[in-house]
Amino acid sequence: MPPVTFNIWRGGAEGGEFKEYRTEVTEGMVVLDAVHQIQAESANDLAVRWNCKAGKCGSCSAEINGKPRLMCMTRMSDLPVNQPVRIEPMQAFPSIKDLVTDVSWNFEVKKRLKRFKPRKPDAPDGSWRFAQADTDRVQEFRKCIECFLCQDVCHVLRDHHKHEEFIGPRFFVYSAALEMHPLDEEDRLEDLKRANGIGYCNITKCCTKVCPEHITITDNAIIPLKERVVDRFYDPVRMLLRVIGG
Amino acid sequence: MAIDYQTHEYDVLVVGAGGAGLRAAIEAANAGVRVGVICKSLLGKAHTVMAEGGVAAAMANVDERDNWRVHFSDTMRGGQYLNNPRMAELHAKEAPDRVRELEAWGAVFDRTEDGRILQRNFGGHRYPRLAHVGDRTGLEMIRVLQDHAVHLGMTFHMECTVVDLLKDGDRVAGAFAYDRERGRFMVLKAKAVVLATGGIGRGFKITSNSWEYTADGQALAYRAGAELMDMEFVQFHPTGMVWPPSVRGILVTEGVRGEGGVLKNSKGERFMFNDIPDLYKNQTADNEEEGWRYVLGDRNARRPPELLTRDHVARCIMREIKEGRGSPHGGVFLDIAWIKSRVSGGAEHIKRKLPSMYHQFKELAGIDITEEPMEIGPTTHYMMGGIRVDADTQMARVPGLFAAGECAAGLHGANRLGGNSLSDLLVFGKRAGEFAAIFARERGDAKVHESQVEEAARRALAPLERQAATGSEGPFQVQQSLQDTMQSLVGIVRTEAEMAHAVEEIGKLRERAAKVAAYGNREYNAGWHTALDLENLLTISEAIARSALDRKESRGAHFREDYPNKDPEFGKLNTILERGADGSMKLRREQLPPMAEELAKVIEEMK
Repeated sequence: MPPVTFNIWRGGAEGGEFKEYRTEVTEGMVVLDAVHQIQAESANDLAVRWNCKAGKCGSCSAEINGKPRLMCMTRMSDLPVNQPVRIEPMQAFPSIKDLVTDVSWNFEVKKRLKRFKPRKPDAPDGSWRFAQADTDRVQEFRKCIECFLCQDVCHVLRDHHKHEEFIGPRFFVYSAALEMHPLDEEDRLEDLKRANGIGYCNITKCCTKVCPEHITITDNAIIPLKERVVDRFYDPVRMLLRVIGG
Repeated sequence: MAIDYQTHEYDVLVVGAGGAGLRAAIEAANAGVRVGVICKSLLGKAHTVMAEGGVAAAMANVDERDNWRVHFSDTMRGGQYLNNPRMAELHAKEAPDRVRELEAWGAVFDRTEDGRILQRNFGGHRYPRLAHVGDRTGLEMIRVLQDHAVHLGMTFHMECTVVDLLKDGDRVAGAFAYDRERGRFMVLKAKAVVLATGGIGRGFKITSNSWEYTADGQALAYRAGAELMDMEFVQFHPTGMVWPPSVRGILVTEGVRGEGGVLKNSKGERFMFNDIPDLYKNQTADNEEEGWRYVLGDRNARRPPELLTRDHVARCIMREIKEGRGSPHGGVFLDIAWIKSRVSGGAEHIKRKLPSMYHQFKELAGIDITEEPMEIGPTTHYMMGGIRVDADTQMARVPGLFAAGECAAGLHGANRLGGNSLSDLLVFGKRAGEFAAIFARERGDAKVHESQVEEAARRALAPLERQAATGSEGPFQVQQSLQDTMQSLVGIVRTEAEMAHAVEEIGKLRERAAKVAAYGNREYNAGWHTALDLENLLTISEAIARSALDRKESRGAHFREDYPNKDPEFGKLNTILERGADGSMKLRREQLPPMAEELAKVIEEMK
């Protein structure tokens, strides 16, 4: 196979540019392999964040040919390699260097969300009883690997920069995991409505499309939370609508 | 030389934010001391996230015959009795509480019919013992620990690397580190330090470990005067991916076999039936029907031979490959799809039980595991040896220096049972945090000596300064040479000549490493980071090779072609390493710690 051309964004907070690299691509390679090969061969100081290389840790998020993806789960054979492969960092977060962005905002957001608050234990040994169905229900949300690709693609953050008023899809998934947790007793609806800005989401489902864990973020997490908020705070409106609609 | 650095002050500094580090930090913070955590990656990305099968704890939710005695004796048998019996006892006794505690912090496990935590079968465990959630137990654990920890008022230094420990006389005084983002130096002053840095996988070519596992904790402790123990025992997990090449080594959970997956060679034989060790004959099925009944939960059935201990399964796989009965890409076949003939809705059942395996093979290898067998082969997975610690407190020989989880030695002996690593990091992470906090309270301030800071900074900057020099090479090439050396000469099957050669090669690599140059500046520079990691990897590779050379027998994960049998004399000995006054590595054999009579009795009863 002839070498493939990569245009990789190099630079930092002050700016940067795409630089061209060429490297051999062999069977089964993913984009992260190519980036590592380039790093070892011709760009030792190329900054890239990664860990597990198996789609389980959510470290190697980037934008490949304009699409937010995990580099470790994007196979070279799925890309058109007769043209340059373009790799750039997530655009919704400040640049640190090359493909690495400053995602610390996400950690700050999580810290201010209300934590898990369990009901009293069901058994004298301090343990609880609940059904497998209850586990299954929250599994989807708990699969999240915190790659922040959903945050990257969300226009409320990416284009409108509502970081102060809106927590983003990742943390609606997190909130849903806690709200639907079989043991949790905390009430997060007031926060979701006000401090966390769930109303800003206009369900374009971009987050769902990019989730590497295939979490149905909009339909299963955000919309049910929106419904709970509506039930609590806007019930009279619904009543009115019912009257008008017959 | 004037070094520019920031100082942070803590009572307890935790190095590493995987399960052990987070659990230690939680315990120390709960004790009311100031806690700092430093980790090389972002929070929640450490290797604990990769743990799939589950956490071993004798809660007896599925089989009421289980209790700490059975778990203790399983752990000792798995470790070929080189384990520290006191650690194995504490581990077996305390693991159930540590798991229940996770539930109180928000973990959601799979459930039994009556709503308790479900437990699954795993290699070497007599009863279903692994609490789990599908095959992503590690993610659940690290996320719960992380989300719990961030509310306890500790400080996290993410994406920062420790260069060296600092000492005040004999005792530890903190650590010298740099932040990966900007390359700025920092002094983390601490009254006690907990090392929880994980493993050494990056010393080998084929590994399930990520870039982080460069033996940092083991090497930091060794340089600071701690002893290392049992370094010859490196676990090669029997099932790593082998194809395509770029994913070679990535873990395939033992849970696949726990759910009924079988190993086959190219002739379609279930070769694991051909070689069942005497120690396990009574507990192992001798026909396929009985093995399957065990998977279904028949309490009178014995477990299938695929669930023998990892060391043994890995060697059987190697033999099939070596003798020409391997799969097309140099592995053997692991088949879970066959259970469709036994389970209604089989494909959905597989996807529900092993969702991340399904996902991993589908996306990385283009294989649907509900339809086709997987190709798998052994991969460097876990270090049983490590920093020698006190069984109760987890303190190393250096006062104030604690270690927990994979970087500490003792619990697993010559071979670790699957599921015992997650329970290890909970039980001993907690203990390390608890006793580090006590130590910090009792002993007060330690002094940081500027000369040590300067020395560490000089060492850290050296590779960058060499970029102008001629005759230097990049760090990645040296790291690759080391990985090739360890893989081919100190791997699954070992011989005297090859290991002696490895020690020699490591010496040469040391010379090359001393000339390695890192290009560019200090900002997020992978070349520079790799250059600094080399020192740790080389030290620990030498420790592995020297320990393996000295143990002239085969036991657990350590298999020597020239000494293929167990030697009862070596069965009484641990291998201990320390740094001599002249800087060279000193090895000695030491008698195993005495076993309490009660524990000896338990082992006898469970035989």
